[in-house]
Amino acid sequence: MNNLIQGQKHEWEMVIGLELHAQVKSNSKLFSSSSTKFGSLPNSQVSLVDAAMPGMLPVINKFCVKQAVKSGIGLNAKINNYSVFDRKNYFYADLPQGYQISQYKYPIVGEGTVTIDFKDGTSKNIRILRLHLEQDAGKSLHDQNPSKTYVDLNRSGVALMEIVSEPDIRSPEEAGMYISKIRSILMYLDTCDGNMQEGSLRADVNISVRKPGNEYGTRSEIKNLNSIKFIKQAINYEAKRQIDILESGGAITQNTMLFNTSTGKTRPMRNKEEAHDYRYFPDPDLLPLEISSKEVEEIKSSIPELPDQLKNKYMNTYNLSNYDASVLTTDKQISDFFDQTINSDLELKESAKIIVNWITSELFFLLNNDNVDISNSPVSPSNLGQLIKLINTNVISGKIAKEVLDEMYKTKSSPIQIVKKKGLKQMTDSSEIEAIIDNVLNENKTMVDQYLSGKDKLLGFFVGQAMKKTKGKANPKILNEILLTKLTKKNQSQ
Amino acid sequence: MKSKSLKETIKSLEAKKISIKELNDEYIKNIKEKNNLNIFIHFDEQKIIDQVNKLEIDNSNKKLKGIPIAIKDLFCTKDMPTTAASKILENFNPTYESFVTQNLLDDGAVFVGKTNCDEFAMGSANNTSYFGNTINPLSNDDEPLAPGGSSGGSAAAVAADLCLGATGTDTGGSIRQPASFCGVVGIKPTYGLCSRWGITAFASSLDQAGVFTNNVEDASILLESISGFDSRDSTSANVNIPNYSKNLNSDISGKTVGIPNEYSIEGTPEEISQIWEDAIKYIESKGAKIKKISLPHTKYALPTYYIIAPAEASSNLARYDGVKYGFRADEINSLDEMYENTRGKGFGKEVKRRILIGTYVLSAGYYDAYYLKAQKVRKLIANDFNDAFKDCDFIVTPTAPSAAFPLSASQDDPIKMYLNDIFTVPASLAGLPGISIPFGKDKNNLPLGIQILGKHFDEQQVFNAAYCLEKSYE
Repeated sequence: MNNLIQGQKHEWEMVIGLELHAQVKSNSKLFSSSSTKFGSLPNSQVSLVDAAMPGMLPVINKFCVKQAVKSGIGLNAKINNYSVFDRKNYFYADLPQGYQISQYKYPIVGEGTVTIDFKDGTSKNIRILRLHLEQDAGKSLHDQNPSKTYVDLNRSGVALMEIVSEPDIRSPEEAGMYISKIRSILMYLDTCDGNMQEGSLRADVNISVRKPGNEYGTRSEIKNLNSIKFIKQAINYEAKRQIDILESGGAITQNTMLFNTSTGKTRPMRNKEEAHDYRYFPDPDLLPLEISSKEVEEIKSSIPELPDQLKNKYMNTYNLSNYDASVLTTDKQISDFFDQTINSDLELKESAKIIVNWITSELFFLLNNDNVDISNSPVSPSNLGQLIKLINTNVISGKIAKEVLDEMYKTKSSPIQIVKKKGLKQMTDSSEIEAIIDNVLNENKTMVDQYLSGKDKLLGFFVGQAMKKTKGKANPKILNEILLTKLTKKNQSQ
Repeated sequence: MKSKSLKETIKSLEAKKISIKELNDEYIKNIKEKNNLNIFIHFDEQKIIDQVNKLEIDNSNKKLKGIPIAIKDLFCTKDMPTTAASKILENFNPTYESFVTQNLLDDGAVFVGKTNCDEFAMGSANNTSYFGNTINPLSNDDEPLAPGGSSGGSAAAVAADLCLGATGTDTGGSIRQPASFCGVVGIKPTYGLCSRWGITAFASSLDQAGVFTNNVEDASILLESISGFDSRDSTSANVNIPNYSKNLNSDISGKTVGIPNEYSIEGTPEEISQIWEDAIKYIESKGAKIKKISLPHTKYALPTYYIIAPAEASSNLARYDGVKYGFRADEINSLDEMYENTRGKGFGKEVKRRILIGTYVLSAGYYDAYYLKAQKVRKLIANDFNDAFKDCDFIVTPTAPSAAFPLSASQDDPIKMYLNDIFTVPASLAGLPGISIPFGKDKNNLPLGIQILGKHFDEQQVFNAAYCLEKSYE
C-alpha cells in the first residue's frame, strides 16, 4: 500500500506510534475499593487512599491485574510473571499523591502483535511494545469559577492499561484501524468498555515524517485524543506542519503537542527542555507483582472467542471475504447481531454475504444517522433475517426491501406485516406482467421501432416504464425475461 | 504509690488497688508539671478524662485497660490532631485511626496525648520539630539535653513518667537512639510486623512502628498489642504473633551471640566501648557463646540509608501540596506559586534538605549512580546479616555512638547528626528487629544503651536476650 504524501518538494512518509490508555473495566479502582462508575457527583467516589491522606497505602486490585493479563493474551503478547509498580513523580492539582503509580521498567505485558485488515484483502501486523497498568489522575475543572480551579477526584486511581505500539503505523487510516482493532479486542475480552466519548479509550500519538527509506525523523507527541476522527485530523495536520517546516529548511523540535478540536490544529504544550523528570522508582508501598504461569494458563482458558478467531470462523463457515469478516468483528455488538440474524432461520445459512451487506450498508446508514448502537437497533436480527428471506424467495425486490427496512426501522414492525399492509408483495404472475408490458410497448411504438433498428439501450427505458406501472413491485427477473421474449418475437416477425 | 511498671500497674488495676481514674489523674498531674519539657504537641486533659470515664463503666476484659500511653504524633488518630511535627499539617485532624493506635484502643489503652518528634521523623535530636525541641528529662538545669530522635517526645514521656508506654516509629534508629538517650527500653520490630496503615510516611521501605517502656517485659506486652497482619498494608507480614510476654525467658545459655567487628569504630568514646564489653562479659557469664562475626558492608550503611530514605521521602511528602488538606500559603497567583509557597513555608529546613537530596538522587542521570546502587548495597548489607545469623542467635552492639548531647550542640551540622544512626541504620536497611536497653552510664552519669538485633520475626529472642541483660542492673 502506498501511503506516501506529496509535499511541495518531496514525497514523505509518516511514521506513527500510538500509546492507548484503555480504562480497565472493573467495579473498583486499581489500588482502592472506590467505585469507578462514570458520571457520578464530583468527589463522591473518593476513598482516603484516592485522596492521598497521610498514612494511606495502596493495595492492588487483583481483578484489574487479571484484566490486564487477559488483554495481553488478546494482543498475542508475552505475559510477564514478574512486574513492578513504579512511582512517576510530578505535581499537579488533580494528582493527589504527587505521583502516579505506574509500571516503568517491568510492565505486566511485553511484546505482542495486532493485525489490521484492509479493504483490498491485504493485512498488516502492528507490533505492540508493551502493556502496563497505571492509575488515572483526577480531573481539574477550570470552567466552574472565573478565578478558581476545582478538582474532581472520582477518576483518581481508576485503573488504566497503557498499550504502546511500535512505530509501525504509516497513515491516519492505519492509525484508525489499529485503534478500532484494539478497541474490538478489549471489548470482546470485556476488559474495557471501549467508550471513547466517556474517555475509556484515549490516545497519545507519536508522529514524525521522513523521506522514504531514511532514518526516523524527530517526533512530536500529540496528547490525549479521544476520537478516531480527531486522531486522524491531528495526524494529518501535524504531518503537514512537519513537512512544511522540513521543506522550508527548518528542523523539528521534539515537542509535546495539544490538538484543538475546534480549529483542527496542534499547538506545542512543552518542549524537550521543559519535559518533566518523572524520577521513576519502584513504589516501596507495593510488592512486585508475581503471576504464576499456571494463573496465566487459567486466565487463558477463560478467554472468549477473539475477533481474529471469529473472523477466520466467518471466512471458513460462511465463505465471507477477509474484509467483510473483519468488518463484522470490529465490534462484538456487530458480530453478535450477525450471529443472531444468520441463526434466526435455517434457510439463511447460505445468505451470509447478503446479510453482511444489509447490516453494513443499509442498517448502519440508518443507525449512524441517529447515532444509535447496533445493540439498540429498532430492527431486530430476526426481522432482518425475515426481510432477507423475503428477498431470497422473490416476495419483494431489493429495491422494495430498502423501503420495507425504513419502515421496520421506524415502526419496529416485522417485514411480513409491512409488506402485507402496504401491498408491497412482488408481482410474480407472468400473465399480469405480460399485460403490463404489452401496454408499455403499445404506448411507445416509436421507441419500439428504434429499438428494433438497433438502439439496444432503450431496453432499460421499457423496463423502467413497466416498473413504474407496477409501482416497483414486478419481479425484475420475470419482467426482463418477458420483455426480451416479446421484443425478440417482434424482431423476427419484421 | 504507683509503679513505673506497666505490668505491675495492670495487676494493681485488676486488684482494684487503684482505679483507672486515680491512675490517670496522677499522670495528668505529672504531664502538667513537666510542661516545660515540651514533650507533647497535643495534650488535652478533658480528652483523657473522657476516655477514662468510658473505661470506668466498661465491663469487658481488656489487656491494657486504663493504661496511659503516649502516641508519637506521626500516628493518625481520630480524636486528636496529627501534625507529624510539621507546620504543613498544623491543623490536620484525621478521620481515621491508624492500625497501631486502633489496636491499643481496642485493648483499652488511654491516650494521654500526642508526643513531639522530629518533623516527619527526620532527625536524631528532636530539634527539627515545628513545635520546638523536646528537652531530655535527664537534663540538669543549666544544660538542656537532646532526647534523641526522631521519637524523642515518646522516649522522654516514658523517662519523665508521663505515661507507662509510648509508641514510636523507627526508620533508621528513631526508636532505639532516643531510648538510649533517655534511659528507657525501645524496640523496633521486624519490618512488616506492625502495619504502617495510618502512620504518616517518611521512608516506606524502612518505617516501622514500635514501643517505649520502662522495662523489657512491658515492651513485650505493648508490642503484642500493636502487632499483626493488616490487608490494608501490602508490606504487612502475615505471621503469627507469639505471646512475647508469656514466653519471656532470661535463660540464654547455649545461645550464640554475634559481636560484629565492624561496629568497633575509631573515635567511639571509651565509655561506649566499655559498656559494650561489659554487656558481652555479662552475657557470656550467663552461659552464652560469644562469636566474633563480620558484617563487611557496614561502612556503606549510612550513605546507603541517606540515599534511600530521602529518595522515598521526597516522593512520600509530595502529597503535602496545599490542595487537599493541611497548610496552604496565602496570596498565591498560580498553581506553581501555591506549591512553592506552601511547601517553602510549610516544611522546615531538615525536611527540605532531605526532599532535595531525595529528588537529586532519583533524577534522570543520577538514578543509577545513587538510588540503584544504594539498593544493591542494601541487599549486600542484608546478606551480611543473613550470613551472620547462620552462626549466631542474636547480635549485640552499642545503640548510639554517644550519650545524650546538649541541645546547643545539635544544630546545623547535618552530617554529624546523621552519624548518630551509625549503629542503628544497618538493621533498618535489613528490616531486622532491634531493641535498645539502658546499660551503664557515661562520666556525666547519663544513660547509655545496648542494642540487641535478632533474625527476622525473632522478636522473642531479642526480648529474651534483653531480659537477661536487664537483670544485670536490677
